[in-house]
Amino acid sequence: MNAREREQYLREYSVLKNQGKPFFPYAVFKDSAMAAIVLMVTIAMAVLLGAELGPKADQTTTTYSPRPEWYFFFLFELLRVVKPPALVFMATMGIPTIWLLMLLLLPFYDRGPERHPLKRPIAMIGAVATVAMMSYLTILGATAGSPSHIELIVPAKHEQGKEVVAANGCLGCHKIGENGNKIGPNLTEVGDRLGRDAIARTLINPTEPMPSYAPLREENPEQFEQMVEFVASLRKEMPAPPKEDAPRDTASVGQGGFGQGGFGRTSVGQK
Amino acid sequence: MSRLTPPLPKFLRPAPSRPERDGRPGRTGAPNGKPGEGAKPKRGKQLREGATEGSAKVVGYLDERTGASPFLRGFLYRKVPKGSSWFYTLGSATMFAFISQAVTGIFLAMYYVPDVNRAYDSVAHITHEVFLGELVRGMHRWGSTVMIILIFLHMARTFVFGAYKYPREIQWVIGVVLLVLTLAMGFSGYLLPFDQRSLWATVVGVNINASAPIMGPFIADFLRGGAEFNTATLARYYSLHMLLLPGLIGAMIGAHLYLVAKLGITAPPWLRADKKELAKEEI
Repeated sequence: MNAREREQYLREYSVLKNQGKPFFPYAVFKDSAMAAIVLMVTIAMAVLLGAELGPKADQTTTTYSPRPEWYFFFLFELLRVVKPPALVFMATMGIPTIWLLMLLLLPFYDRGPERHPLKRPIAMIGAVATVAMMSYLTILGATAGSPSHIELIVPAKHEQGKEVVAANGCLGCHKIGENGNKIGPNLTEVGDRLGRDAIARTLINPTEPMPSYAPLREENPEQFEQMVEFVASLRKEMPAPPKEDAPRDTASVGQGGFGQGGFGRTSVGQK
Repeated sequence: MSRLTPPLPKFLRPAPSRPERDGRPGRTGAPNGKPGEGAKPKRGKQLREGATEGSAKVVGYLDERTGASPFLRGFLYRKVPKGSSWFYTLGSATMFAFISQAVTGIFLAMYYVPDVNRAYDSVAHITHEVFLGELVRGMHRWGSTVMIILIFLHMARTFVFGAYKYPREIQWVIGVVLLVLTLAMGFSGYLLPFDQRSLWATVVGVNINASAPIMGPFIADFLRGGAEFNTATLARYYSLHMLLLPGLIGAMIGAHLYLVAKLGITAPPWLRADKKELAKEEI
């Protein structure tokens, strides 16, 4: 906007303003009505949705899946969409920072005199694209299951083992059924390839970079047994994974370098 | 006097006295006759006059000592361009949501204990035992959602109407700062109930900050109040959540409002001033 355009704007605005109505009581009336609506909606949400309080925080737990408030879903989801470890800091810091700076400095780079939305196609397309992207990520985040949930239906005797496997972050590298990553070998039918003892040996003495599960056997031999039994039970004739709309597992979207390991904890399911 | 007061909406304007209705003689009656003259004024009228005079005195007293009335007049009776619709209420609605958060927050703070071992129990106490505790906590918890939605809608309105352009650039910058502060409120408040959900979400949030280049580990240590999550962490979030951030938000809202009053509310971009009027207008 050059000086002439600025003056023209001020002139035009001054005319329109003088034709308007005083703030009190006209605008005040609308604002008060809106405030009443806001208050009623808040109370209605409080009454209908309540104030949940989950189990008490426990820093030693390994079975809790982090869920932020919904308006941070898009930030969380960004982490899962960006896979290569070298780019993770772009997802955590880079993209949000750039986005915020673009937003903050908007009036300093978009300086055209035109204000009508239909005559600012670039600005409007940019805004709609941004909103669409954020909404998409938010919906992804909202429908995401826990990052280390295994959606296989297993016999009841292997249910414990499934939980142990999920809690120990195996999905960070291995694919089991529909869940997990493809960094290491696919474990979905590993029972056909390896026997029970071979699996146990691999867990104790794995090839790099897989971590050894010897500490688990020492600390909790029962869990280790369950883990081995579960992995050995993974065969071709497993029941097919359920096709109904179970929550989409985010581990299948990819953990990148910021999977369970990156966040320090793993989980076996929500809540 | 009539020039100073604003034009009132029709239903608020005092009805001009109608001769027939007041029971006074009309024009045809006695030309100089003031019927009430000489008679003792009625008690109701006396009271009314006294009240008017009294309140005028109080207002005069305050105005003489504060000089507030020109400011209030300027603020309340400034004109809002025609064509302003319900979209224009989103900003004040956001502010109202903030006020509601402040009020419910004050009541929650009366019962909350920012201690790792007692925080969860104090929130459980609020939720299950304190009178209306669950309602107030629910209002605070969902009020954040309402405020975030309103702030985004307000921003969308500002964007679509091109209202961030000259001369309101600084207004926009303050608004974005308010958005960031509000998100920081959401983040810091999320830890306070200290249940599993809030702890682990905050752990992830801190880890995200830790991944920033160079500054990351320092930011993370600051957010944790050390290397571990403990009472220092909780006290830190509590203090940020109820002192620093709301104080900053209040101050920023003040600046935002000042600029609204100073620069005026934008007219919808599809309104154009009449050419003749425009030629007459001087600035």
